[in-house]
Amino acid sequence: MSTQAIVIENAKTGERNEAVYEHPFIVRLCHWLNAVSLFVMAGSGLQIFRAFPSFGAKVPQENLVNWPKLLALGGWLGGALQWHLTFMWIYIGTGLVYLGYQIFSGHYKQVLFVPRDVPGVWPMVRHYFLFGPKPPVKEAYNSLQKQAYTSAIVLGVLSVATGFVVWKPVQFSWLGWMMGGFHRARLWHFLVMWAIVAFVFGHLVMVALHGWSNFVSMLTGWKKDPEYSVK
Amino acid sequence: MIQCPTFWNEQAGQLNNLVDNRKFKSIKRRELLKLTPVVALGAFAIPKLQEPLLKAGLGFSDWASAQLFGSRHLATTFADSDLTPFNKFPINDYDVDDPGVDFDKWTLTITGAVQKPGDYTLAQIQALPKVRQNTRHVCVEGWDVIGRFGGVRLSDFLKTIGADPAARFITVECADDYYESIDMATALHPQTLLCYEMYDQPLTREHGAPLRLNIPTKIGYKQAKYITDLKVTHALEKAGYWEDQGYSKFYGL
Repeated sequence: MSTQAIVIENAKTGERNEAVYEHPFIVRLCHWLNAVSLFVMAGSGLQIFRAFPSFGAKVPQENLVNWPKLLALGGWLGGALQWHLTFMWIYIGTGLVYLGYQIFSGHYKQVLFVPRDVPGVWPMVRHYFLFGPKPPVKEAYNSLQKQAYTSAIVLGVLSVATGFVVWKPVQFSWLGWMMGGFHRARLWHFLVMWAIVAFVFGHLVMVALHGWSNFVSMLTGWKKDPEYSVK
Repeated sequence: MIQCPTFWNEQAGQLNNLVDNRKFKSIKRRELLKLTPVVALGAFAIPKLQEPLLKAGLGFSDWASAQLFGSRHLATTFADSDLTPFNKFPINDYDVDDPGVDFDKWTLTITGAVQKPGDYTLAQIQALPKVRQNTRHVCVEGWDVIGRFGGVRLSDFLKTIGADPAARFITVECADDYYESIDMATALHPQTLLCYEMYDQPLTREHGAPLRLNIPTKIGYKQAKYITDLKVTHALEKAGYWEDQGYSKFYGL
C-alpha cells in the first residue's frame, strides 16, 4: 500500500510535520454524498414504516412501535416515498461509483478486511472496550476498522438488494425467494437499516475520539501527523 | 496506488516531498473546494426547489420502473391453502360508504381510441374466457394479502372493443369518483384482469361490485373498484386519485 506522504515545513519556525494523502477525491465525494443520502433514506424509511409499523398480518394489525413523527422525514407516506425513491438513486449511484473506484484504483486495499486482518481484531477490541494496551499503528486503518468498514459496505449492498424486493416483489421475485419471501425481505430491509445506523453511531464516536486532524482528512484528503509511518 | 492531486505531483520531484506550510494550506483548500458538488444536495432543503426536485426524482423512479417491467414476467401464484381468509381481506374505511351502484342498469362505458365504443353489460364481459388466480395484493402502506380473484383478461376485452394497440394508457372512472390509469404494457399483461369475482363469489359491495381491476403487477391503489368508465388513450390527462396527491404514477411491483 503506497500512501503518499510529504513533509511540511513552517518557513518561520522551521518546524516540520509529516502529512499523508489518505482519502482520494472520489472516496471523499462519495463519503459525503452517502452521508446525506443515508440520513434521508433512514428518515424517510421510518416515515414509510409508520404507515404500517408491523411485520405481521394486516387484520388484525399489531403495531410493533409507534415511531415518533419527529424522528422521521417526509411528513406523510406519499412525501416520504418521494424522498425515498429520489435519494435511493443518489445512494445507489454513489455506492456504485465508490465500489468501481475502489476496485479499479486498487485503493480497496486500504479498507478491505481480509483473512490476514483476523488476528488483529481482538487486540483492538481489547484496547477499545477492555482498557487493553494500544496495538502499534501500521497503516491508515487497523484490523477492527477494516472489519467495520467492510461490513458497512456489505450492509449497503444488502440495503439496496432488500429494498428492491420490497419495492418490486414481482420483478425481483427470485431475489425475494432467496430472502425468504416478501415479508422477510421487508424485515431484512428494516434490520439492515438499524445495523447501518449502529455502524454510523460507532463511526461518529470514533471520529469524535480521534480528533480534528483525522476528521479533516475526510474533507481535504490530507492527514497531518499520522500515527503511522508511511516509509 | 492512490492518485495524488496533480497540483502536488508536479512539485513533488523538485521539492523532495518538502512543502512549505502555506502551500500545504492552499493544497488543502483546493481539495476541500472539490467537494462543493455535495453542497448541491442542499437544494432539497430550499422550499421552492424541493417539490420540483422530488417530483423529478419520483418521475425518474417511474421511468426506471417501466424499464424494469417484464411484460411476460408473471407474478407468483399461490395455493388455495396460502389464501388470506376472505373476512381478513382488508377494505379501506371509505369503501364502507355505498357508492350507490344500480346493478340492473350498470354498464361499462367505453370511449377513446377503440373501434367499438359504447356501453357493455356485465354479461358481455363475462362471455369472455374466465381466469381465476391466487395472487398477492400489496398496499402502498406496506402490508399485503393473498387473494383469489376471478374475471376476464383485460387484454381479451381490449381485443373485443378493438382498442388501438398504439395507444399508451387505459384510464378508468369509478362510481365513487375514484379514477385511475395504467400503462398499455401492464394492461396487456396476462394477469391483468377485469375482475368480477373474489373467492369464487360475485364481488361484494366493499370489494368493488360489480367490476374492479385486479393487477398483480401493480400496487393496490391502481386496482380501482366500482368501475363505470374505461377509456383507451394516447395521452394521460389525469393519472389517478392518489397519484394526483403525490404518489407514484407507475408503481409497478
